Amino acid sequence: MRPAIVAARNISKSFGGVQALREVSVALHRGEIRGLVGENGSGKSTLIQILAGVLGPDAGEIVVDGKTHAHLDPREAIRAGIQVIYQDFSLFPNLTVAENLALNTELEHGTRFVSRRRRRRIATAALARLGRDIDLTQTVAELSVADKQLVAIARALLHNARVIIMDEPTTALTQREVQTLFGIVADLKAQGMSLLFVGHKLQEVLALCDAITVLRNGRNVAEGEAAQFSPGDLVRHMTGRHLQGRPRATTVSEDEDLLKVTDLSKAGAFAHVSFAAGAGEVVGITGLLGSGRTELALSLFGLAPADSGTIEIAEQAVRIRSVPDALRAGIAYVPEDRLTEGVFAEQSIERNLAISGLSAWAHPAGWISPARLRRVVAPWLGRLRIQTPSARMPVAGLSGGNQQKVVLGRWLATQARVLILNGPTVGVDVGAKADIHAQIRELVGHGLTALLISDDLRELAEVCDRILVMHRGRIVREIPAAGCDENALARELGRLE
Amino acid sequence: MRALLHRHEFYLAALTLALSAGIALANPAFCSVANLFDLCQGSTVMGLFALGVLIVLVSGGIDVSFAAIGAFSMYVTSKVLLGLDFQGSAAVALVLGGAIGTLLGLFNAFFIGFLRLPTLIVTLGSASLFRGFLLAFIGTAIVNTLPAGMVRFSKLTLWEMRLADGTIAGLPASFLLLVVAALLVGCVLQGTMLGRGIYALGGNPVAAARAGFNLRGRQLFIYGGTGLLSGLAGVVHACMMRNANPFDLVGMELNVLAAVVLGGAGITGGRGTVLGTLLGVGLIVTINNSLILLDVPSYWQKVVVGAVILVSTGITARTGWARARGAGLC
Repeated sequence: MRPAIVAARNISKSFGGVQALREVSVALHRGEIRGLVGENGSGKSTLIQILAGVLGPDAGEIVVDGKTHAHLDPREAIRAGIQVIYQDFSLFPNLTVAENLALNTELEHGTRFVSRRRRRRIATAALARLGRDIDLTQTVAELSVADKQLVAIARALLHNARVIIMDEPTTALTQREVQTLFGIVADLKAQGMSLLFVGHKLQEVLALCDAITVLRNGRNVAEGEAAQFSPGDLVRHMTGRHLQGRPRATTVSEDEDLLKVTDLSKAGAFAHVSFAAGAGEVVGITGLLGSGRTELALSLFGLAPADSGTIEIAEQAVRIRSVPDALRAGIAYVPEDRLTEGVFAEQSIERNLAISGLSAWAHPAGWISPARLRRVVAPWLGRLRIQTPSARMPVAGLSGGNQQKVVLGRWLATQARVLILNGPTVGVDVGAKADIHAQIRELVGHGLTALLISDDLRELAEVCDRILVMHRGRIVREIPAAGCDENALARELGRLE
Repeated sequence: MRALLHRHEFYLAALTLALSAGIALANPAFCSVANLFDLCQGSTVMGLFALGVLIVLVSGGIDVSFAAIGAFSMYVTSKVLLGLDFQGSAAVALVLGGAIGTLLGLFNAFFIGFLRLPTLIVTLGSASLFRGFLLAFIGTAIVNTLPAGMVRFSKLTLWEMRLADGTIAGLPASFLLLVVAALLVGCVLQGTMLGRGIYALGGNPVAAARAGFNLRGRQLFIYGGTGLLSGLAGVVHACMMRNANPFDLVGMELNVLAAVVLGGAGITGGRGTVLGTLLGVGLIVTINNSLILLDVPSYWQKVVVGAVILVSTGITARTGWARARGAGLC
């Protein structure tokens, strides 16, 4: 077997009594793309940080080019050619693209005075290696997520990187951007680069990687060529349980349209949108970025009201000009970005669960009894299977999946009838994803209607009863989910481009 | 040219010119050289404070202790030099005042850089501490006779001209101090890694630490430098007033912060330029000085300053927001 460029051997690490890693090993060879998969809390991030030298292991060793280290420090890691692309990209939004690219190099060379020409030269060279063109004088805040990622990758390459570790790089990307990223990763591989692709979107990992290492609860549970694994195998290894993909108890009561939208238009966003959804139905809405799907959701929830058209709930016309209007009509919205839009991270779980229904639970005089709040909220902890020692813990302490459940529960507790879910499982691991999907189905089983806005075609095909495809602000296709799989959906979407 | 239209500084300069034209129409005295010199003199102390505040805001912090540092440095310097019966140059007063200011700034830096306390809390606390210490232990009496060197410095002018009515108008030498300080701060912020590191820290502190910037060293520079500028501002203030009043300066904080924010510095860090800051100071000083020429009651000055800040920063925030929106970020 070829020698590995970087290998972690029998790494153990604990944080204050919690064993994050137990004798974990992973090795990267030249020109190899290795997937590192596992649920949140399985130890992926700890392992990344140990490889990057940010954390030191309690036991085990790191071998770089055959040389053994008990502990790598960040500078040694960089000198060895190991670069991490963090999920947040670690860029400076206020600085230009050129400066973001050049800053680390300048710092490394001990530069004292800045030269624009040198900065430009470094930046141009960095982007040229990716074969991409980005306006160097723009500030990073003005770039799209995909371009920010390009800048982060280009910057990593400047340090004679041989090993690039990408921490969940596709989380915030659209389908098309993911394809572009995969093209870049393939190019880098062809240049002899090794990549550690950390993620939990299994289709992506299987499509991209040569080999896969699976972690569960801080241990190696499976490892091998990607071709040996099926998605089902990976899920089983990651979760340690058997999650079945489908059997959806379709309890659609066709007789009543709970939500009926007629000829809804908003200038610059969407036009003449009409559809209906029955109680017990999950209707998927998909389309490329800019198709108007998010704007449609926002207007149904009163955040950006539509210009014309009608919305009916249970055959009653409702006027939705604001969020309170929508809440009164029984429409709830679970936002895309759970951290910035969804939870109050510093506040307790019970307060987060209660926030959207406060006016309903408050005493008419306006004060709120904590005991009453607790009573209202308590059943949801169990029903949503939120794993926490106490409902008074801050939400920030929960894992991503559990945070998403809190957001979901917050709206369910308001007794909503129509639930708009915008990318409910973005950035959520497989186990929690399955829980959320099951939850959605359970909810509609109780007579709710769910609108599921998503990029994840597999999710759409698995969870929805019907899928509406939006393009340039209009609904262009309606696809029944029965007999539809993600490949068929991908073909439909591909036709639109 | 298009780049110019995107710059906050351009609008600020245009606003100042428009305001000046309006005032000049109403009262031609505004256009006199004497008034221009007055404006320069009026901008010096505020400008020095503002440069310090700019550095802190760019780094993502906030400082409300600079006026207390200025008052402390001013009063202690005057007392010490009087006590020694020092007859030499004002340069010694400036060096001493600057040194005291630097030390007090480093006191802030210790809590911020090493104990990682929030900047607002630290500087609120230290502002009260410095001021209380000054009044309780050093003195409350106004020093009406300054050391000889400071008095000479206050009369020193860079340029003088005889006016039609026979009086002499002069551009005070201390204005040169502001020019030099502005050039230095500008060069450090824009042209050195030290300065770029401050922008990086203000833009994304986590990334700045990961990139390997020496953040503690930068905090020492940021708050030490602000202290230095505040100490200088204090001494210059005493020279201009021809007295050292320990109750002076404190109360200026909001005006200075307003000028810097008006100049385009982001309160959330990472943004701001020396040019913008100077324009912001110039605009506020012009409003304060010139409304007097128009017989506008002084309480109205506050209203006008407040309105200008809200409108000007409001427009910038909205356009920045719209641009981010266009790029698909919001």
